[in-house]
Amino acid sequence: MTIVEETATTGTARHGALGTSPTRPDGVAKVQGSFEFSSDISADGCLWGATLRSPHPYARIVSIDPSAAWQIDGVQAVITAEDVPGQMTYGLISQDQPVFAGDVVRYVGEPVAAVAADDPETCRRAIEALAVEYEVLDPLTDAEAAIAGDHPPIHPDGNVIRHQRIVCGDPDATGEVVVEGTYEIGMQDQAFLGLEAALAIPDPGGKGVELHIATQWLHEDRAQIAACLGLPEDAVRLVLGGVGGAFGAREDISLQVHTCLLALRLARPVRMAYSRAESFLGHVHRHPATIWMRHHATGTGEIVKIESRMVFDGGAYASTSSAVLVNAITLAQGPYRCPNAVVDGWAVRTNHLPCGAMRGFGAVQACFAYETQMDRLAAACDVDPVDLRILNAMRTGDTLITGQPVLNVAPVAECIRETAALPLPDEPVGGAPMPDGGPDVMKLPGGAGRTADASNIVRGIGWGASIKNLMYSEAFDDYSTARCRIEDGVVTLKFATAEVGQGFVTLAPQIARTVLGIDDVRLDRIDTLIGSSGSTSASRQTWMSGGAVNAACLAVRAKIFEHVASSNGLDAETLLIDGTDIVEPATGWRQDAVEACAGQTFDETAEYHHPPTTELDEHGQGSPHTAFAFVAHRAVVDVDPDLGLVKVVQIATAQDVGRALNPLSVIGQIEGGIAQGLGLAVMEEIIQIDGVIRNGNFTDYLLPTFLDMPPVVATLIEEPDPLAPLGAKGVGEPPTISSTPAIVAAIRDALRQVDGVGKPLHRVPVRPGDICL
Amino acid sequence: MLAERDDVTLLAGGTDAMVEINDGHRRPQGPVVAVNRIPDLRSWRHDRAAGTLTIGACVTYTELMDPAIATLVPALAEASRTVGSPQIRNAGTLGGNLGTCSPAGDGLPVLAALDATVTLASRSGTRTMPVTEFMVGVKRTAIEPGELITEVTLPVVDGWQGYAKVGVRNAMVIAIASTCVVFDRAAQTVRVALGSVGPTILRCPDAEAHLASHVDWNTMSAAADDLDRFGTLVSDASRPITDHRSSAEYRRHAVGVLARRLAQRAATPAGPPGAPA
Repeated sequence: MTIVEETATTGTARHGALGTSPTRPDGVAKVQGSFEFSSDISADGCLWGATLRSPHPYARIVSIDPSAAWQIDGVQAVITAEDVPGQMTYGLISQDQPVFAGDVVRYVGEPVAAVAADDPETCRRAIEALAVEYEVLDPLTDAEAAIAGDHPPIHPDGNVIRHQRIVCGDPDATGEVVVEGTYEIGMQDQAFLGLEAALAIPDPGGKGVELHIATQWLHEDRAQIAACLGLPEDAVRLVLGGVGGAFGAREDISLQVHTCLLALRLARPVRMAYSRAESFLGHVHRHPATIWMRHHATGTGEIVKIESRMVFDGGAYASTSSAVLVNAITLAQGPYRCPNAVVDGWAVRTNHLPCGAMRGFGAVQACFAYETQMDRLAAACDVDPVDLRILNAMRTGDTLITGQPVLNVAPVAECIRETAALPLPDEPVGGAPMPDGGPDVMKLPGGAGRTADASNIVRGIGWGASIKNLMYSEAFDDYSTARCRIEDGVVTLKFATAEVGQGFVTLAPQIARTVLGIDDVRLDRIDTLIGSSGSTSASRQTWMSGGAVNAACLAVRAKIFEHVASSNGLDAETLLIDGTDIVEPATGWRQDAVEACAGQTFDETAEYHHPPTTELDEHGQGSPHTAFAFVAHRAVVDVDPDLGLVKVVQIATAQDVGRALNPLSVIGQIEGGIAQGLGLAVMEEIIQIDGVIRNGNFTDYLLPTFLDMPPVVATLIEEPDPLAPLGAKGVGEPPTISSTPAIVAAIRDALRQVDGVGKPLHRVPVRPGDICL
Repeated sequence: MLAERDDVTLLAGGTDAMVEINDGHRRPQGPVVAVNRIPDLRSWRHDRAAGTLTIGACVTYTELMDPAIATLVPALAEASRTVGSPQIRNAGTLGGNLGTCSPAGDGLPVLAALDATVTLASRSGTRTMPVTEFMVGVKRTAIEPGELITEVTLPVVDGWQGYAKVGVRNAMVIAIASTCVVFDRAAQTVRVALGSVGPTILRCPDAEAHLASHVDWNTMSAAADDLDRFGTLVSDASRPITDHRSSAEYRRHAVGVLARRLAQRAATPAGPPGAPA
């Protein structure tokens, strides 16, 4: 695994300050198994809730008969759509998703009713006893049929969620070299390990409710929950439960409203917890997509124009489909200059599982298409794929096909060059010889299955590079709030930033220590008793909540400096923090920061807003994005061409991070993101047949294990971004985006060596049969 | 208890049954009895005179990987290593594998290739039957109410044997195709059994006969053409389906490739790749 020098960023930083890698505050508890995840939270006298879900992709509900369920001892409540006191639907962008299906179910797994009972087993029996009569309808499972209007609307909002075109430059421009292809991306699941779980505690008299919940955005959840409960927002208080991973799957409402409804109905605490099978049905997934793309280029490979048609299957409800689509179409050029473009994007509604946010958010699907195209273009121009990418690499000041200038640092060529400079694996196929002289079978494709001998294996190398927008887009003000309080020399930070594993609970104290020169920093509970922090998604919390914590700490520091200045006859303007001291450089005056605050209380709250962005016009022109980050990947894979099995041997990467505020956390994001990109490349896909999920379990939905994950060699490209509050860019999503096409390109490279032709592999995940049949 | 009531669920490790229970596919109505700590079911014995190995039903996969057993039936040790994670191999047992009788059961192709016999005990006594008769269909066995799988007996064969399994992950994965090949030098026979390509484990008589008559029994090597033909005959013997895990076409192809590679390993002096399992 990767090792980062502690002093990589700032050679003299004191431990615990920015640029160092202090231990996570929740690290020991998580390793020892004592961390309280939201599924562990309970309350005295609490009941359990469970959800009845549709077995049909599309059906009319004729009747729901709960009488048999009520016969079961221990059943306390049965609720359906009729019991929703407020708004009947919710949703992140448009409120089109019912709390419970009313007259129609639109996907397999859609909630129809919920029960509360004394224990989970009674809940299960009650769910089984609920008699629902359905009139099965003809499901819409073809995204093209949704576009063509070949199927009656399955929702009052219609079958097209969004259609957006981008026309840039000269739409009739042509190039000497033209390459095109149609690419398919399968439906990936976030597969967080900590399943959905919540505990709702009603206020006396039903005037409000407190919900302990694993989520990505407490305030957005609260707004949607309160609307459905028919309560004012301040009557609904959310507290972050321990989150075991998110990756986008906790952006949407799942069991939040159901749990609160049951608790308010019964005036007792209620907890709900999904099983793995239910989790596959209960959250949104990565959009499956079909992308046609054509590149025009000069004879030497300089991009002249891109054309593309992108179709994203949003499933039954809108969720964030329209924003996912905008990411995909506006980033269709990749991290490359492109003067002309015609892009047509569709996000459509079908009777498949709903899709929404997942790490990479539209950029992933686009990247698989444009990076495959870049390799085809390199081949067509007879240019090395690395040289072709460097030739076209975007720089600061270049524009997107929406006309938006890229104002951030944009070290695309550096990322590609630095990746290329990283050492290739030094072990041969099968690893270093074992004591008996043979290869290590665990390092061959097929692993423990002993399917291959080293002589069966071919090694390939592939490349990928990508662009990702950071923060929310299209005129959305996703601000963040933080509060900093100093009392008796102890700093307490308060924010509503969801800690989902990314490490903001480590970073926030680092910011405070650096700004204030005080080491003792504590964190208040993460809840809605402060303003919104926005969502933990879009690689945005280091920038946004980091910016808010920084601003709150700076506000407190200004107060401290005023106090120190007036107490000591100094000018506050001349004071600085040096380590743990407050200093006046000109005179050499110096005082320990904790001592300086003795007996004083300072308390400041700050909001951080990024500069406004704009909507897209009808030609897809505008400045929809806030900021951008870049990355390059090189994959080395060993392929068994006859069986179609793959072992990824190494991933090399150089990532544009701005500034590594916590180098170990950055590497953690890089390795984890690559594992998820690897999963999409070779194994992770939700299979639906006729609208019915077939592999909603970990026996059949395969995630990479330690044995599938290769060593990662990483270089952090540190060019602090002047537009970022701390110079740091978000790092969570880029690792996932171009690792996938790099791995697939490496498989293609290996197969080309076998017969001089290879296989197109235009679909991910690549299945064994795609390689060998 | 088994003789008196028909609602008893036996657990021999629980690595299959508990998954089915947790997924709601199975709901035990009566008592669940864990048998995996019964000493008699946890032992094994090598009868040198008879040339057989008898393995108690609750011997775990981890124990089957121990050199003491692995040297006698290397293919069974290789198959055991492909089962799940270390935790699963510490719990899962050969008897449980037989009781579940999934066509993807990792130990079953080895038992079928070795013509193993299964011993069943009930209040009225014991009976023994070939494993190929015991396995009736997808998760269906010849076990009668009141019977318990007590042990499996298989021959200790002189000659190379090996097992290989394809999954879409490098470990901890269900088989989408698996193959066991056994060379019996004394009988000059080759035996092949396939997993995950039929309703139950399949043998391949045509492929077996072809290779047995074309292999050089001194070196256990065969000509490339004969190995190709062997692979083709193995593919022909498979009866796979297409499902969410794989296509019939790929499964048919894969067992042929695996069989050919296994047969080739028999002739490689260094044996199969990697350290012995």
